[in-house]
Amino acid sequence: MASISIGSVSKSFGEVAVLRDVSLDIADGEFVTLLGPSGCGKSTLLRLIAGLEAADAGSVRIGDTDVTSLPPRSRDVAMVFQSYALYPHLTVFENMAVPLRMRRLGTLQRLPLIGSLLPGARLKLDAIAADVQRVAAQLDIQPLLSRKPGQLSGGQRQRVAVGRAMVREPAAFLMDEPLSNLDAKLRVHMRTEIAQLHRTLATTFVYVTHDQAEAMTMSDRVAVMLGGRVLQVGTPDAIYHDPANLAVAEFVGSPRINLLNGRFDGECVRCPGGRIAVKLEVAAGQDVRIGFRCESATLAPDGEGDLRGEVAHLENLGSDVLVHVRVSASKAPVVIRTASSPGVGRFRVGDAIGVRTGHRLLAFDRDGARLGVLHTGGLDEATAASQVAHA
Amino acid sequence: MPEPTLALRGAFLARPVLPKAFVQSTTAWTLAAPAVVLMALMLVGPTLAVVALAFTDYQLGAQSLEWIGLGNFRDLANDRTFWKSLSNTLLYAAIVVPGSVALGLGAALLIESGTSLRAFYRAVFFIPVMSTLIAMAIAWEFMLHPGFGLVNLALKSVGIAGPNWLRTEGLALYVLAVIGIWQQFGFNMVLFLAGLVSIPRLLYEAAAMDGASSAWERFRLVTWPMLGPVTLFVVVISAIRAFQVFDTVAVLTKGGPNKSTEVLLYSMYAEGFEFFRSGYASAITVVFLLLVLAVTVIKARVMEKRVHYA
Repeated sequence: MASISIGSVSKSFGEVAVLRDVSLDIADGEFVTLLGPSGCGKSTLLRLIAGLEAADAGSVRIGDTDVTSLPPRSRDVAMVFQSYALYPHLTVFENMAVPLRMRRLGTLQRLPLIGSLLPGARLKLDAIAADVQRVAAQLDIQPLLSRKPGQLSGGQRQRVAVGRAMVREPAAFLMDEPLSNLDAKLRVHMRTEIAQLHRTLATTFVYVTHDQAEAMTMSDRVAVMLGGRVLQVGTPDAIYHDPANLAVAEFVGSPRINLLNGRFDGECVRCPGGRIAVKLEVAAGQDVRIGFRCESATLAPDGEGDLRGEVAHLENLGSDVLVHVRVSASKAPVVIRTASSPGVGRFRVGDAIGVRTGHRLLAFDRDGARLGVLHTGGLDEATAASQVAHA
Repeated sequence: MPEPTLALRGAFLARPVLPKAFVQSTTAWTLAAPAVVLMALMLVGPTLAVVALAFTDYQLGAQSLEWIGLGNFRDLANDRTFWKSLSNTLLYAAIVVPGSVALGLGAALLIESGTSLRAFYRAVFFIPVMSTLIAMAIAWEFMLHPGFGLVNLALKSVGIAGPNWLRTEGLALYVLAVIGIWQQFGFNMVLFLAGLVSIPRLLYEAAAMDGASSAWERFRLVTWPMLGPVTLFVVVISAIRAFQVFDTVAVLTKGGPNKSTEVLLYSMYAEGFEFFRSGYASAITVVFLLLVLAVTVIKARVMEKRVHYA
C-alpha cells in the first residue's frame, strides 16, 4: 500500500507532447481513474507510474520513494493490461506464478528441471504454489489453473490477469482499460467486481479508461485528462455537477450536457429560442454559454418555460424518454430526460414545446472557463447558493 | 389450391440444380488443371519414376531394364560406402542444424536490439544465401589452400602451421560443415527476424512488470517460447537443406579424402552419373526422400503441438 505522487511530469514522443506538466496526488488506498478520450495521455501517464516509460521532466513518487529513475521491477506496482498480456505458452497457474518466481527464486533456481533440485528451492516453490492457489480461490479461477490462456474466454483471461497482478501483493495496482475487450454485459459485471476487489484489498488503484460509466461507478476520484493535461480531479459527483470548465462538462455525462450560446444582459441570458433568467458574475453585454444537464431541465407547454422549440426526436430508454428539442437556430438539439409513462406517448415529433432549464445552470465564458452563477430565476435559492460556493 | 402450385414451383426450382453443380465442378477442375498438370509432370511423376527405378537394375542409356525387387536396397545395406555417406550426412546435419540455427537466432537478436545499420547487417548476412554456392565454394577453396590460402597465411602470421583443411581425413567434413553454417545461417536469421517482429511488445512489458529485468530473463520468459513455431520451422528447413549438401562436396572434396566427406546426394550423383547405375542411384534417392519425410512427419505430428499454444 502506498500513495502515488506525480510532480510536473512532461513527456513527448518526438514532436508530439503527450503529457504537459501533469501533477497528481493519489492517496494511499484510493481508487483514482484517469478518464479521457483516446490520445489524451492517460495511458502514457499510467505507464510512467509503472516505469514502462521514462518522463522527460518531473518526478514520480510511490510511497516515500522517488521512483522516477527506477525500473518497473523495483517499483512494487502491478499492472493489468488492456489485452491482458498473458504468456500464451504458460498455464494459468504458471502465468500467475511468474511474478513470484521472478522475485523469490534465484536465477539458477528458475531453471527448468534442475532448478527445483537446488537447496531451498523446494520450500520456495511450495510457498509460491500456496500463494497462487489462495489468489485463485479468491478470484474463483481454481478450475482454470491447468489451462492455457488460449483456452479461456475473455472474462476468464481478465480474471487471470488480475490474479497475476494480485498474487504478489503490490503497493499499487495499475489498470489500463482492463474491461474494454469484454462484451457490454460482462463489463458491467466486472465493474462491480473490481470495485469490490478494491474494497477487499484496500490498496491504491490507478485505473485508466475512456468509459465514463466505469470512471463514475468505481472511483473515489476521477482525473479528467484532455490534450496531455489534467483538467480536473474530483469525486465523480464533482466532475459531473461541478465541472471546472467547458471541456470537462462536455466530456462527462451521457447524453452530453446541453449548451446554448447567448449574451448576458444583466438580468438574463438571451439566446436563440428564448431567455434564461440567471444572474452571472460578469458584466452585462458579454457572450456566455449556458449549460444544463438533461435531467435538470423539464418540459413545459408551448409558450411557457425559458426556451421554445419543437420536438425533433424521441429516444425511449424504457425507464426514461430522451426528448430532443430543436431550439431555433441551435445546431444541436437540447436533450431533456423525462420519466416514461406507459401507454400513450405524450409527445410527438414536430410538436411545439417549451423548456424550463431548471436551476442547476452552469455558465462558461467564450474561452470555456467556468463563470459563477449568482442567481437562477429566484426559485431555488439553495441550489444557486451551492453553485456560487463551488464556483 | 396451394398443392399444385408448390409442386410446380418445386419442379421449376429443382431443374437447374444438377447442371449448376456440374458446371461448378467443371469450372473448378478447368481452373485447377494447369497447376494439377504441372505438379503431376514436374513433381509427382518424376518422384514416382525414381521410386519405380529403385526396384530395377536400370543403367543410364541401357535399352532394357530388369525388375529386381529389393535387390538395390539389399546391396545398399551391404555397401560400406553407403553407410559411410549416410552417417556423414547425419553428422553434417548434426553440426550444421544447431550451428546455423543458433547463429541465425543470435544474429537476429543482435540486429533486432540494435538501432543503427540494421539493413546493412541484414544484407551482409544474407549475401551467402543468395550467392551461388558453387562460386562461393571455389572462393572457399582458395581461402583454404594449404600453401597460399588466406586462412593458413593468417594462422602462419601468428605462428601456427595450418593443416591441409580439405585433404585431412578427420577434418574435411567439419570444414564443409562450417561452410554449410556460413551459407545457411543468413536464411535462418531472416526467418527469426520476422518471428521477432511478430512477438507482441506487450508481453515484454508484462515481463518487465512481473520482475524480469535482465535480457536473459526476457529471452527465457518471452522471446524463446514465442519463437517456438519459427524455431521449429527453421530447424526443419535447416535439416532438409543440410541433408541436401552437395555443391561444396562436389567442388571441394569429391567425397574424399578416403570417403570421409562422402554424403548421400554425392553418392547418388556418383552412382547415377559417373557409374551410370541409375537404379542404384534411385535407391539412394529413396533413402534420402524417406529421411526428409521422417523429419517432416516428426515436425507435423509431434513438435507442432508443443509450439502452438492455443
